[in-house]
Amino acid sequence: MAKVSNEELLSQLTAKLGDVFTVEGEPFGLLTIETGRANVIRVLTVLKNELNFIHLTDITCIHYPEKEQQLQVVYHVHNLAGGIRLRVKVSLTVGDEHIPTAVDIWAGANWMERETFDLFGIRFDGHPDLRRILNVDDMTAFPMRKEYPLEDPNRVDKKDYFFGR
Amino acid sequence: MSDIQIVEAPPGIEGSGFFATRLDQAVGLARSYSLWPLPFATSCCGIEFMATMGSHYDLSRFGAERLSFSPRQADLLMVMGTIAKKMAPVLRQVYLQMAEPRWVMAVGACASSGGIFDTYSVLQGIDEIIPVDVYVPGCPPRPEAIIDGFMNIQKLVQTESGRRRNDPSYRDLLAKYGIQ
Repeated sequence: MAKVSNEELLSQLTAKLGDVFTVEGEPFGLLTIETGRANVIRVLTVLKNELNFIHLTDITCIHYPEKEQQLQVVYHVHNLAGGIRLRVKVSLTVGDEHIPTAVDIWAGANWMERETFDLFGIRFDGHPDLRRILNVDDMTAFPMRKEYPLEDPNRVDKKDYFFGR
Repeated sequence: MSDIQIVEAPPGIEGSGFFATRLDQAVGLARSYSLWPLPFATSCCGIEFMATMGSHYDLSRFGAERLSFSPRQADLLMVMGTIAKKMAPVLRQVYLQMAEPRWVMAVGACASSGGIFDTYSVLQGIDEIIPVDVYVPGCPPRPEAIIDGFMNIQKLVQTESGRRRNDPSYRDLLAKYGIQ
């Protein structure tokens, strides 16, 4: 199967989806589109079933404290036969971190969404088993958000008085 | 010619056909040269421990030939490596399953203080959850350092009263960790 270029992919996407997404750019040749929470499942379904993006590489999130919509969920998808990757971003606001689950499209999204919930607190609605995967179960915070202090408060050997400060 | 050295007997009264000494010292001597370590190795310090057990450094010379991979039969818990907070209940469970008398050695910076991992997900030293007898510094410590720590454990064992578990200060220490 021939390689698919970013331009071909973009024209196919526009033909199938219309204006439910915007193009963010092509940093390092990686086409990046942004869409909304209401359309994300439709976009991902079209990508998998019609454009042959059968592999979900990763789901993750970024926290931008300076933006109005602080949280941005990122999907990396890969068309193995066409040799092309695509990035899909969805912005969410703090306090309303809900997004529909992608488990029905790729079963492998299960643990990725659990990890994103664990570290960023994104609620994937419809996820079959949304609980923490990496951190201790009784943790109450979401440690990869930037307001969370990364250093452990129980640490004593780095206190200033050991260094004459 | 092999140069086999035998440990000296504890001080006592010797006469023709008998030798009298204190029971706790005799027991301590026997215990200290037949410790069964339980290696709880989670990262690079565990690799150093493998070298320590290998023929070049040979911890078996100190009577620790038999590693116990069941906490039920182990005397010495050797914690080697970073303990994540999610691992902490497991480590505590292993410690609780060990029978008295039991000793704990924290090998390396991570087990002693969290090491370079000053972060939310790593336990900042195993002494937050279980009492520790000997700390071995290093990142990772060389096998010589691990052996030195082991010899310090042996000294503790030799000088311990017969039943540490009945000692009030030891009970207070365990109570501080919520272990009765």
